[in-house]
Amino acid sequence: MTEAGVLLETRGLSKNYGAVVALSSGDLSVQSGEIHALMGANGAGKSTLVKLLTGDVTPNAGVILLDGREVRFPSPASARKAGLASVYQDVSLVPLLTIAQNLRLTGTTMPAINPWLQELELEDVDLTELARDLPTPILHLLDLAQALASLPRVLILDEVTATLPADLSERVFRVARRWRSEGRSVVVISHRMTEVKALCDRATVLRDGLTVGVVDLESSGQEEIVSLMLGSEAASVVVSEGSVSDREPTSKIDRRPAVEVRGLRSGVLQDVSFTLQRGEVLGIVALEGQGQADLFECLSGNRRPAAGEILVEGKARRFRHPHDAIGAGLVLVPADRALALLRQRSVLENIALPMVNRLRNWGLINSGSERRRVRSAIDRLEIDTRAQSRVMRLSGGNQQKVTIARWLATGFMTLLCFDPTRGIDIRTKEQIYKVLRELAASGSAVLLFTSEMPEIQLACDRAIVMYGGRVVAELAAHDATEAALLRAAHGLGRAAPAEAAS
Amino acid sequence: MSAAAPVSRTPGGPRFGRLLRRNAWTLGTYALFVAVMIFTISIHPDYGPFEVQSLVVGALPLAFAAVAQTCVVLGGGIDLSIGAMMAVANVLAARYMLGHDFQSALLISVAVLVGGTLAGALNGVIALRTKVPDIVVTLAMSFVWGGVALLILPKPGGGAPEQFLELASGNLFTPWVPNGLLLLAGVVALIWVPLRFRGVGLALYAIGSDRTAAFRRGVRIGPTRVFSYALGGFFAACGGLALLMSTGIGSPLAGTIYTLSGVSAIVLGGVSLAGGKGGVTGPIVAAFVLTLIPADLILSGTDPNLGQVIQGGLIVLVVMAGGLAPLLRRRAPRTTDETGVAAA
Repeated sequence: MTEAGVLLETRGLSKNYGAVVALSSGDLSVQSGEIHALMGANGAGKSTLVKLLTGDVTPNAGVILLDGREVRFPSPASARKAGLASVYQDVSLVPLLTIAQNLRLTGTTMPAINPWLQELELEDVDLTELARDLPTPILHLLDLAQALASLPRVLILDEVTATLPADLSERVFRVARRWRSEGRSVVVISHRMTEVKALCDRATVLRDGLTVGVVDLESSGQEEIVSLMLGSEAASVVVSEGSVSDREPTSKIDRRPAVEVRGLRSGVLQDVSFTLQRGEVLGIVALEGQGQADLFECLSGNRRPAAGEILVEGKARRFRHPHDAIGAGLVLVPADRALALLRQRSVLENIALPMVNRLRNWGLINSGSERRRVRSAIDRLEIDTRAQSRVMRLSGGNQQKVTIARWLATGFMTLLCFDPTRGIDIRTKEQIYKVLRELAASGSAVLLFTSEMPEIQLACDRAIVMYGGRVVAELAAHDATEAALLRAAHGLGRAAPAEAAS
Repeated sequence: MSAAAPVSRTPGGPRFGRLLRRNAWTLGTYALFVAVMIFTISIHPDYGPFEVQSLVVGALPLAFAAVAQTCVVLGGGIDLSIGAMMAVANVLAARYMLGHDFQSALLISVAVLVGGTLAGALNGVIALRTKVPDIVVTLAMSFVWGGVALLILPKPGGGAPEQFLELASGNLFTPWVPNGLLLLAGVVALIWVPLRFRGVGLALYAIGSDRTAAFRRGVRIGPTRVFSYALGGFFAACGGLALLMSTGIGSPLAGTIYTLSGVSAIVLGGVSLAGGKGGVTGPIVAAFVLTLIPADLILSGTDPNLGQVIQGGLIVLVVMAGGLAPLLRRRAPRTTDETGVAAA
């Protein structure tokens, strides 16, 4: 490989949305004639980097160099003109237009796209069909064909294969290899380690919005990438009580199953079964879009499963509405605080909201008992209530605590936490872990999905790993090292756990 | 299920069937019109050219209001000042055409149309620049234009040369086809049709359907949005002129009802309020339906107030029935999609 032929380079690219930093310093250097992988855990900043590269969003700082010259892209159209075309993770064809009309929007002519439709074996697709009526994998391939038709010098594939069956993925790889052989470049984002290893020449690894290293995939292996993704200070978060492995199993509580899930199917979910015991915190680890969201929606009554059953305390239950799930004692703490809270209302009202079903006394809200229960929940979680009047003025961490406090005050059997610590500072995280542990110790069951793998050992007794809509691994807390979880979450077997757990 | 299944699947079926299905709502509106027409003739056996003429003249302002709202709603917006803009166009024309000949009336019409386009564009620019939701901007502007209309003509008055009124109520060829119908068809054919099949029309539908996807496709969102409001303003001005043709005078308050009845017409005509879906013929035919029904009810001796109730109920029923079909259709293929993807 020639070192001289750097085609695309970014230096210190950064983007923040309000207070949330999506990418703090993205450095990437892509040579001509290579397939370059972009890797990193969920939220490391990969997709943000791609969006900046293709003009979908504009950076706060940093430069993009194409052929050594600085370029700025105010829109995807301008990036495409400069030779950067992207296939995004979420399909970007206009749903209510036909495929042919979508092609016209970008000015793609039929002679230009036809060879690529053939290359991707899409000749049979009816281009007068509305984009909405075609299956997602086909739309992704059509999007790719259109990107190819502009003959980009850099082709960017953002998790295109995540939704594709194996044989369709192979078509994408074939095109990528062809692109490389013609001296052009491809940037690939993929969570599938084996795929990256087989296809790509080099990989840039991102962690927490920073480029942490570039790996030559021919000479080095998966372990190097995994260790880069983990980082050296993986154990920076420490709960005062120490990790779970030292802890005595809570023997006082009889370990009855609180919730049993059997053969659940819905959306991405393919036959998921597991048991959640009373008195335990069960962690769920999965990469983006492996079915965890569908699982939580089914359990919290937001969606009816296509097949399978949910048993609460041994009895099969059907949830038609979140109200049913709450009635059965299953309550949800979603990742998006804005979804759970009435932002304009006070802390007190927010916490008391679900209680209106219980405290109601001939239609009047019993404010005395409401206040008592809310007060005790606030004290227990140490919520900063100086911004009393409106929840929206609270910090993210405190908002999350309000969501949990609401259920503490209402009472529940099983707490479903979907990434509750997303975007929260370390101190608040610790408080949340502590509360979860206390809840388990007092006999409740907690199901915790987290995108931060070190949390498993800090807060959970046990962890299951989901991949492709199935449970692929179950690990006790002391086996659930970040490396072991990461391997399982990438669909790799449990080979060589010894070196991975170093 | 094999992984290749999504490719070999032909969800469209035969092309004719698909064409039928995609335009099902518009065709349904036509059918509704035919049904109402049959009912009309059955209770009014000597239905003749005069009745056709009064129907066209009566429906013309609403038809233009519906087209105006359609242009905005297709692009994913809404314009609550359409009726007020119609009122301004109406009183401007009535005040300045009074006592002039046909030629100057036409010149004034052109000026009013240009003014309407600019007023519409102003709505778009304000919504775009200030990032205030368009429903708020246009509601505020509706008060502004409502006031302006009263400043121009405080009470009903003004007028227009007879020839100008003939543009709607006269007939060039046969008494069965009043000029108003030709005028409507002509304006839509000259303005809407060329745009519809050009890039800008496509961009309009694209931003109404999915703004992010449209942006990624290379559509210039801002200019396209302003264009959709400007087009709305143009057709609102047409509506104001049509109002003058149908009543013969200018009235500062007559326009306001057309904002909401225009929305009813587009909903009945199959335009999705979420944007990106529908055409202009559906709303136009719906405007005729909405003009016929009250007239029929009066003819059949129903209390006019009850007529309002019936009309409202009909809109809800039609929209409910229309919402049912895609819901049933979507249920079926979704399961096959999922198993197709899941083969991965």
